Amino acid sequence: MKYFRLIWAGLWRKKARTILTMLSIVVAFFLFGMLQGVNQGFNEVVQNLNVNRLYTSAKTNMVDGLPISYLSRLKSVPGVMHVSHWTYFGGYFREAKNAIPAFATDPRELFAIYEEIKINPEYLDAMERTRTGALVSEQLANTYGWKIGDRIPIGTSIWTKKDGSNTWYFDIVGTFDPSGSVNIPPFYINYDYYDEAKAFGHGVVHYYIIGIDDPRNATRVAKAIDTQFENSMNETRTQTESQLAQMQLKQIGDINFIVNSIVGAVLFTLLFLTANTMMQSVRERIPELAVLKTLGFSDGKVLTLVLVEAGALCIVAALIGLAVAAVTFPLLKVILGNLPMPLIVVAMGVGLAILLALLSGLPPAIRAQRLNIVDALAGR
Amino acid sequence: MKVLRQIGSVTAVNLRSLPQRVGTSLVIIIGIAGVVAVLISVLAMSTGMLKTMSNAGRDDRALVLRNGSAAEASSALALDAVRLIGDAAGVRRDADGKPIMSAESIRVFTGYRKEDGAEVNITIRGVGPQIRALRPELEIVEGRMFEPALTEVIVGQAAHRQFRGLNVGDTVRTRGANWKVVGVFTTGDAHESELMVDVEALNAAESRGGNYQSVTVQLESPRAFTAFKDSLTSNPALSVDVWREREYYEQQSEMITQIINIVAYVVGGIMAIGALFSALNTMYSAVSARVREIATLRALGFGAAAIIVSVLVEALLLAAIGGGIGALIAWSFFHGRTASTAANVYGQLIFDLTVSPELVAIGIVWACSIGLIGGLFPAIRAARLPVVDALRAV
Repeated sequence: MKYFRLIWAGLWRKKARTILTMLSIVVAFFLFGMLQGVNQGFNEVVQNLNVNRLYTSAKTNMVDGLPISYLSRLKSVPGVMHVSHWTYFGGYFREAKNAIPAFATDPRELFAIYEEIKINPEYLDAMERTRTGALVSEQLANTYGWKIGDRIPIGTSIWTKKDGSNTWYFDIVGTFDPSGSVNIPPFYINYDYYDEAKAFGHGVVHYYIIGIDDPRNATRVAKAIDTQFENSMNETRTQTESQLAQMQLKQIGDINFIVNSIVGAVLFTLLFLTANTMMQSVRERIPELAVLKTLGFSDGKVLTLVLVEAGALCIVAALIGLAVAAVTFPLLKVILGNLPMPLIVVAMGVGLAILLALLSGLPPAIRAQRLNIVDALAGR
Repeated sequence: MKVLRQIGSVTAVNLRSLPQRVGTSLVIIIGIAGVVAVLISVLAMSTGMLKTMSNAGRDDRALVLRNGSAAEASSALALDAVRLIGDAAGVRRDADGKPIMSAESIRVFTGYRKEDGAEVNITIRGVGPQIRALRPELEIVEGRMFEPALTEVIVGQAAHRQFRGLNVGDTVRTRGANWKVVGVFTTGDAHESELMVDVEALNAAESRGGNYQSVTVQLESPRAFTAFKDSLTSNPALSVDVWREREYYEQQSEMITQIINIVAYVVGGIMAIGALFSALNTMYSAVSARVREIATLRALGFGAAAIIVSVLVEALLLAAIGGGIGALIAWSFFHGRTASTAANVYGQLIFDLTVSPELVAIGIVWACSIGLIGGLFPAIRAARLPVVDALRAV
């Protein structure tokens, strides 16, 4: 600690340079924090998905659909507590560009499976009483100014009604708050009504959603379901929530690879830059370092001084960058929901800062250590 | 004239001394190369995607969907609607007087990407009997065309390369049918990500109300579009949306290309700020290393403008070199690399990353802007140096 002032003075020897170097490290670690944060955030979301839920779809492809008659057979599989289902309705409000991702379902069972979603039980009762009812997320209701009791027209380009019309009217009977869950559709209608009123394609659902009694049974139950329908016209595939999410993420592409490439480019650039600044700073101070040695500072001490100086610069700047990233991170909630920056990112960042400090500080520190006093003082 | 001569000679002296400052100069070059490489690489994705999509459209073709459909996947057109569309004004007819059109259905099936084994949705498109007349760009490069009414399929070359099990002789399983791969085709656009079969065979394999999803027609000329559209929208028996083919495909990829562009400019912008700090750093130290030289020039009567321009030119030159290197890195690593993603279409879209000349230009402009700002403040400082103090400096 007694050398603190010496290091401090060394750092601020050229104020502008130190501040500019610090700022570029801050920017780099800010970027690192945001990008790795998204990357790790996806992993975390996928891993923390509910383990009590299974999703069964047609083995050929999820859009092929499964018969509604599978419902009772699924309910009788040991370990299954609740079974609900999703069928894509689609549709739009007023204009085609206001797409409404509506799904037909069995609402009571659905909200029993998605326990984390808050909904007033009275709304579920109302939904049961109202065949043309709809339950919508609070956010969607706010977007279009819908209130409970409103009757709203939803246009569809797929599901013509038996009477030939393309517009379905639904009565909003309740809202729900999906913030506790990841990515659940915001608009539900009664499957029974939908199936009866549409002109074609009856008796098909896209996904069965299954609530099981114990997550440890997930694999066994999934296998039991798929075995039951093996070699039938409609073979099934049952996945856990996290398997399903991983599959969907992979459809988009290798996010990991892209993030790591960018972070790699940023850090390489930065390493070069910081190392160069440190070298330059030592080069300019060679006579001063020689004076220190003349005064009796050992080679090891001079090495430590230069190294600590580099380390202080890198680590302080990196921490500032990570802190700014942590504060800014919640702005990304459109992508990841309400997720704080994963702690692992901070840990990775600090590790990288130490590595950066060593790589950029060691060469000049070694040079300072090996300094020959006479040559240095003579300016040779 | 005198000012110009001064600027010329000071700049020349300056640039000739650059080799002595290789280390610090490299900081600018590498910092900016990093920014430009990342910016261009990410933009190469959206450029490639957009190119693949807009290639799929010809000005003399139009696409008809059910009214209110955002995409083919959410459209349904019955047979009588298809007939009415074929009879509309502006549709080109073949030698037998039949309208040149293709009523199409699409399905997806589950396949696997070769590269990482990821499970993906692949589009299989049922097309009408006149598809060769409608899409002259379609060429069979291996095997043969499918026979009508048989469960035979031809595979787009991009899909053939990107996904497993799509070679001639393989079998593709969808719900209700096993399709024999009999050929590989090219179109040079988004359709190459797909498989093509006879639409009647596809509709028969899975009864879904006997509906088609879209109709593509050949127009008499690009200008016939308005007449075609008017004749459809004024027909009370139809409720359809009519698109120019190119506009439809561009709009389909609009959202995802916008997202990619935002990512590119935000990440690139943040990196640019970092590179700007390092450029400032370098130029400040370049100026301070030459304090005595600059002061001497000033004492000899060289003007402030000459000093400022010489520093700016140095910064710009280094930045441009950095930008060029960055563009070269992006081009050599990513140009032509194949990628596929779940675009805003039904199945996977395969496209080649494209580093277009426009992207290189954007990169160089970014590089020079960073260089200019990074050089400006140090240049002003150099010009303002108090001559007497600076001459005394060690």
